[in-house]
Amino acid sequence: MTPATRGNLSARALRVRERIVRMSVGGGCFIGASLSCADLIVFLYASVLRVAPGTELAADRDYLFLSKGHDVPALYSTLVDFGFFDEARLAHHLSPRDSIYWHPNRAIPGIEFHSGSLGHLPAVAVGVALDIQISGGTNRVFVIVGDGELNEGSVWEAALVAAARKLDNLVLIVDRNEFQANLRTEDLVPLEPIEAKFAAFGWATLRIDGHDFDDMARGFARLPLESGKPTVIIANTVRGKGLASLERRADRWFVALTDDEAAAMINELHGGAEATVMSQTRIVR
Amino acid sequence: MTYEERLIQIAERNADVVVMTAENRAAIRNLPGKLGSRFIDVGIAEQTLVGAAAGLALRGRVPIVHALATFLTMRAFEFIRTDVGIAQLPVKLVGAIAGFLSEANGPTHQAVEDLALMRGIPGMNVCCPADEPEMLDALTTMASDRAPWYMRYNARQSAFEHRAPFVPGIAEIVTEGADVALLTYGCLTRECYEATGRLADAGIGVRLVNMRTLKPIDEAAILKSARETTLVVTVEDHFAIGGLATIVAEVAAANEVAIRLHSIALPGRWFTPSLFADVLECEGFSPEHLARRIAAAFARHDSRGHVHA
Repeated sequence: MTPATRGNLSARALRVRERIVRMSVGGGCFIGASLSCADLIVFLYASVLRVAPGTELAADRDYLFLSKGHDVPALYSTLVDFGFFDEARLAHHLSPRDSIYWHPNRAIPGIEFHSGSLGHLPAVAVGVALDIQISGGTNRVFVIVGDGELNEGSVWEAALVAAARKLDNLVLIVDRNEFQANLRTEDLVPLEPIEAKFAAFGWATLRIDGHDFDDMARGFARLPLESGKPTVIIANTVRGKGLASLERRADRWFVALTDDEAAAMINELHGGAEATVMSQTRIVR
Repeated sequence: MTYEERLIQIAERNADVVVMTAENRAAIRNLPGKLGSRFIDVGIAEQTLVGAAAGLALRGRVPIVHALATFLTMRAFEFIRTDVGIAQLPVKLVGAIAGFLSEANGPTHQAVEDLALMRGIPGMNVCCPADEPEMLDALTTMASDRAPWYMRYNARQSAFEHRAPFVPGIAEIVTEGADVALLTYGCLTRECYEATGRLADAGIGVRLVNMRTLKPIDEAAILKSARETTLVVTVEDHFAIGGLATIVAEVAAANEVAIRLHSIALPGRWFTPSLFADVLECEGFSPEHLARRIAAAFARHDSRGHVHA
């Protein structure tokens, strides 16, 4: 990766993080999970996905499904960065005058499908990948799931079917930030070894650093990992990545910030002093 | 023509149609050879079945989806509601052995709340054909419709000839009569037809109404029945909650009219598992039982003062 490419990705990721922080003001949002997959989503749109504004109907375009729908601030912020819709709409977050709420809305340009109920989009993506297979298309289907989402049985049901149908056009990306809503995943229902589980289900596996663009570039360049097998990429990430007061915190699942806190956090993102979160965090679900 | 033959005909005419199943092949055994890659069996995985159907529909396909009615509408309920319902995708769900057709399988297989669940989903259409010919017409209709549909599979032979074409939301008036309006749907239509004959012999005129679709519902047929007969009776192999009796009451309330309504349905329990004829006998849904129950209900409302049956 050239320094210029890396610099461009970092600049986009910084803008996306700023937008996520701004979307956390007022009613708040699921900021920790949004920050963990921000680099990943930026990288996918910049370097992997064959999709851009206006090409949604192109026959060979790729699909990205966000199954862990609560981190949609990261996706909306990235879609804005690539021109899918106007940044001004992000200011309408949670307003009844617009339709940008805590989970993905298919009415927003760039959003392939709604989600929010965990464990659904692996199955939906299997259907899309099946149709591409039947139709002889070259499109690829990417699905981002949370690590906690792997608790859902429907993920594994879809995993069995994807392998049975030899869907090597399907790529599941696990945002491995090591937390589910309120707890560390390994303290509640341990998930490791994740590779061995998927391998036993007939998937090709790869683990990457979900915050290192060079590592992502090396990993995604290898797709499909194996002909005739679906791929799972486990991206090691940090919940709340980029803001010290949020990183790896079980109680920073959902955060509603004041304007002052958000300003301090944006300052921190730009290399300023560490911001502190004083306002009460809200735990949803 | 069989269900399978009609399905092949539909798939031959529309290249977007795919046939899916969760390894329930009883009604579609010959389709893999006929449809090739357009036949998709995901195995015993109803959630993935419905989720994948939504994905196929997103790509422009029209999936016709088969599974046992209980597991389709209940195991995969949230996938139907969330992936098919919210997106209003043209997924066609066909539930096998619904209602009394589950016979001796026991309560795990008794879909007697499927209609309440499916009709509660905004935009979902619900169809309960009376017999095989009507099911084939319904299948053709729903396959060409852009909305999601749920249909109770019912291949019983006809008790009478259908004269009116199948149209969603239009009930079929099978017999005319001014005493009782007998509203029913699905596999019990035959028993209701036979009960109607018995009641006529006893001097009770019955307007037998085959509802055909529960959503959309033929409100006009319900209101007209209420207006022109002494008593409206609903007969259904479904829990009393959420089925046709509930729908009739909702129609009455929405139109601010009073209806004398007698519901013959399953009370709040599952039915005794047995072979079909024995289930009808045991649960009071044989033609003889139905005639007796309807006559008794009518006697309470009969202004002529007659005591029947």
